[in-house]
Amino acid sequence: MSAEQTETAAAEAEEAAPEETAPTEAASEEAATAEEPGPTRDNASAGEALIQVENLAKHYGPIRAVDGISFEVRRGDILGFLGPNGAGKTTAMRLITGFLQPNNGTVRVCGHDMANDSLAARQRLGYLPENAPAYGEMTARGFLEFVAEARGVPNVDAAIQRVIGMTGLERVMHQTVETLSKGFKRRVGLAQALIHDPEVLILDEPTDGLDPNQKAMVQNLITNLSREKSIILSTHILDEVEQICNRAMIISQGRLLEDGTPQEFIERGGSLTKFFRQVTEGVTS
Amino acid sequence: MTGLFSKERYTGLRAVFKREFKGYFSSPLGYIFIVIFLVSSGWLALSRDFGRFLELRQASLDPFFMYVPWVFVVLVPAVAMRLWAEERKTGTVELLFTLPVTLEASYLGKFLAGWSFLAFSLLLSCPLVIEVARLGDPDWGVLLTGYLGCLLLAAVYLAIGMLFSAITKNQVVAFILGTAATTIFLIIGLPQSLEWIGAILGGYAEQVFLSLSLADHFDAMTRGLVELSSVAFFLLFTAGWLVCGMIALDRTKAS
Repeated sequence: MSAEQTETAAAEAEEAAPEETAPTEAASEEAATAEEPGPTRDNASAGEALIQVENLAKHYGPIRAVDGISFEVRRGDILGFLGPNGAGKTTAMRLITGFLQPNNGTVRVCGHDMANDSLAARQRLGYLPENAPAYGEMTARGFLEFVAEARGVPNVDAAIQRVIGMTGLERVMHQTVETLSKGFKRRVGLAQALIHDPEVLILDEPTDGLDPNQKAMVQNLITNLSREKSIILSTHILDEVEQICNRAMIISQGRLLEDGTPQEFIERGGSLTKFFRQVTEGVTS
Repeated sequence: MTGLFSKERYTGLRAVFKREFKGYFSSPLGYIFIVIFLVSSGWLALSRDFGRFLELRQASLDPFFMYVPWVFVVLVPAVAMRLWAEERKTGTVELLFTLPVTLEASYLGKFLAGWSFLAFSLLLSCPLVIEVARLGDPDWGVLLTGYLGCLLLAAVYLAIGMLFSAITKNQVVAFILGTAATTIFLIIGLPQSLEWIGAILGGYAEQVFLSLSLADHFDAMTRGLVELSSVAFFLLFTAGWLVCGMIALDRTKAS
């Protein structure tokens, strides 16, 4: 992507931002009545950059967990974060979601700066943290109610109905989260991230520990959601990247080593696995 | 940035409060707390060796109020210990702080939930009040200020306990540190300690410590004295610990 393209996209996003903040109340009422978040968002010009990350850096003493990463994710994109364990994928996601404050650089979500306009930025973002943490003593329904209320979702019941349909949680709604299997727990985490129908989704290892059927189900869900949203997910499963991501990044030692489409990577390395090992082992050894 | 009293600063407080308050009743811990509180404070009040409620033949709850600061030393840190330590241990803190909820809102939401739970437990000591009213003619003003004193003392203890819950992931450690800290603050304000401080550091130091004594301000309230300085002391002391706790949590939340 050229520098000019990036600049024009940033300008577009800036223009769109003030319009987006004002009509949230009116829009949310519509969203509550409509079963599906239809493709009726008028200011949703396809390809608009919803996530803009510039020169992002986080260090802990001498350790550079994230070391100057810049990129953009456009509406409709599913970006896969790849990298060895400890490469900085989770830290990068925590910086993008505002859980951690960066030492340097900026994050903008739908045009809202995560540092200065944090609440607005977080409002537009759904996040599944690593290992899908949830309050164990609550029922799945109670937990989703809490997240919906904390997010100020106008029609809580309708929102819960929508996400349990999407994630297939009907059977376990009244079970406490701690009694759920790993797969259901992960799906509760996904439901929580989707409850306010955010434009940006950040998913840290969404399919980790799921059986093949559950994996397929979650991958389908992500693919279906991607048309209207910008999605970043991290994974160790390279097949998954090939199947669902239209863009991939390889991160190692906090640095962005490669940014391209999975197909490009396959062409360059023969297969994703080979390419991944070439890139990341070259750095570590 | 937003002002101290702007509504936006406290976005999400209600949701956090509700979740946390319900949380006390969704595990046995809350019920165990209430039972231990009522049994221990009731026993201390009625016992021949401690409160001597029946022997005193007075229509007052002094024997009950006298031991509340000591019962709270153990029980309030137990209420406070899970508030942050559990969130950090299970990783839900990451979820909470990526919701559009401010640090202040979640901290105060949890504080108010714990405080309300303590207020509820105090309310359940009402049989003692009924008994006093049945046996004699109590001074209702004194009873009321006594309970107000208990509430304010609970707030201070809770704010102290919450700080320790914010700095450790281990609930047991949070509990022990909270109990130790509240005990120290209670003991240095006792008349015996003040006398000792006065002997070593002089009368001026004794006055300073007396004005900072939890026990002294609390005793005044159980005697029916509601001085502005006492109430202000409790509230400012609580606020100070809350602010320290928020600063600590901001540093530790991600570790």
